[in-house]
Amino acid sequence: MSIEVKKMTKTFGSFKALDRIDLKIATGELVALLGPSGSGKTTLLRIISGLESADEGEVLFHGEDARDQKIKDRNVGFVFQHYALFRHMTVFDNIAFGLQVKPKALRPGKKEISSRVHELLKLIQLEWVADRYPSQLSGGQRQRIALARALAIEPGVLLLDEPFGSLDAKVRKELRQWLRRFHDDLHITTLFVTHDQEEALEVADRIVVMNKGKIEQVGTPEEVYHHPVSAFVLNFLGNVNLFHARVEDGRMTVGEPGAVLQEGSTARAARVYVRPHQMAVERSRPGADAIAATIQFINPAGSVVKIEAKSLSGQLIQVEMTQQEYAFLKLVKGEEVYLTPKDMTFSEYEI
Amino acid sequence: MSSRMESAGVRRTLIGVALLYLGLFIFIPLCAIFVHAFSKGVPAYFRAIQDPNTLAAIKLTLLTALIAVPLNLVFGIAAAWAMVKFDFPGKTLLGILIDIPLSVSPVISGLIFVLLFGAQTALGPWLIEHNIRILFAPPAIILATIFVTFPMVARELIPVMKAQGSDEEQAAMTLGASGFLTFWKVTLPNIKWGLFYGVVLCNARAMGEFGAVSVVSGHIRGQTNTLPLHIEILYNEYNFAAAFAVASILAMLALVTLVLKSGIEYRYREEIKATAKTGHAV
Repeated sequence: MSIEVKKMTKTFGSFKALDRIDLKIATGELVALLGPSGSGKTTLLRIISGLESADEGEVLFHGEDARDQKIKDRNVGFVFQHYALFRHMTVFDNIAFGLQVKPKALRPGKKEISSRVHELLKLIQLEWVADRYPSQLSGGQRQRIALARALAIEPGVLLLDEPFGSLDAKVRKELRQWLRRFHDDLHITTLFVTHDQEEALEVADRIVVMNKGKIEQVGTPEEVYHHPVSAFVLNFLGNVNLFHARVEDGRMTVGEPGAVLQEGSTARAARVYVRPHQMAVERSRPGADAIAATIQFINPAGSVVKIEAKSLSGQLIQVEMTQQEYAFLKLVKGEEVYLTPKDMTFSEYEI
Repeated sequence: MSSRMESAGVRRTLIGVALLYLGLFIFIPLCAIFVHAFSKGVPAYFRAIQDPNTLAAIKLTLLTALIAVPLNLVFGIAAAWAMVKFDFPGKTLLGILIDIPLSVSPVISGLIFVLLFGAQTALGPWLIEHNIRILFAPPAIILATIFVTFPMVARELIPVMKAQGSDEEQAAMTLGASGFLTFWKVTLPNIKWGLFYGVVLCNARAMGEFGAVSVVSGHIRGQTNTLPLHIEILYNEYNFAAAFAVASILAMLALVTLVLKSGIEYRYREEIKATAKTGHAV
């Protein structure tokens, strides 16, 4: 089932949670709504589910206006951040709930419900917990049960609100890969909210980056990471260094931060954003505009080596290099080095 | 768990103080009731209980509780639901109104009804004309009891419902449950223990209320005396053995309620533990 959102606006008091949002999600897509808290991503998800109503705008499922559909008729699977499992029911009854509350004419028989629940438990690889209560399970297990419960009603759309937000790092990683594989098998239109850029980049087909109730950019993980359309998107998707630069005769010079333009010059001031891995480190000064800096901190634990250096003007600059490069350079803390941007991700004129 | 953090001395002192206090102020007086009740012998005890006026008082007390408790059960759920799940203008006011019977002296609670239905009010003469007896009759006693006990269930439910949030109800709705099914299958099972405690407290207060009932009752023997009022009359007539015998019935009603409560709590301890844990635990 495809989802379309048109000119959606929602305010809470004087706070504008959503500001004329337009969004199209194709059938079978796995899309992440990414943004900081207060960006409106959860509100958008809740309005699509019917748990919340919009002030203006419409939601269309398969091209049909859902305005007059009650939540229970929308056939939307919703997974809550804190699972929201029915604590007084066993896992079996939790998953069976959606089938058991169907009107008599549509309700499957007892045997059919039971086989459907066991099928779902098998799918989430938790067949052995059917008779347990939610309080006896770990967070990761609960979240998978919540997903199975949402899938039991065979929803046209699956909506997940920060599904891995309250899990520890390792379980979160496992579950997110599991969700990806799971989606590849079932191909159900899925929309999930997250504030974790790594999660969005790793799992989603497309990412919708939101900020202050507006959509900043929609694109594949590759597009939003490598070709951000705004400084906000760039900042939100990974670490970045900001430099002030001069653009003159089509040539850009990155100098010391805060460098003042000379009066009467035709040059324009610009901001340049450079990701840590785009920085080159050298011992001897390679050119006039290299930035002299002192190494403050080195973290060699990981697939890349993370270095923090402080320029003469006091700006902290983040650098990432491969282990080989690090082994070759043999950098030590307190050492003075020269930094040059090899490449940049995004730049904009100042005014 | 912090129970191992304090030293054994602190623990023993605290438990000792609590037990001593309970013994001094609750256990000894409770025993005294039964000692006095049987002071004239067992036959005298049963004679006092079988007195027609006593039987009438028991009947009226049970009738009052039987009407007040179910009404307050329904009101309590509705009020707690409104307070927790919705935002509406006047919500704070509703909260204050619910608390009024707890903060106002029971005598005032009774006087309200005298001022409402008394002969000197606008409503009074009309009631007399149509031969409707409210004041100094069971209806006023029941009304005053309802008034005094109506916060009991709501006050017990509000914190429980607040702690549980409405995530589970929302989940039920996305799974296709109607409003009624959501309440019946999700909300009610989650609040049933809070509801149970509320009903127990409400019942205890309904049977034991003195002040408010005393003002509206008129103290007509065999007709408008509840157990607490009957005890007072017997006591004022220096009929101590009878007064304590009737008091022992009231005390026993309370004890039975408490034993029932503890029994049910013990029987369902696993389930209580499971439902008390909030779904938000990580």
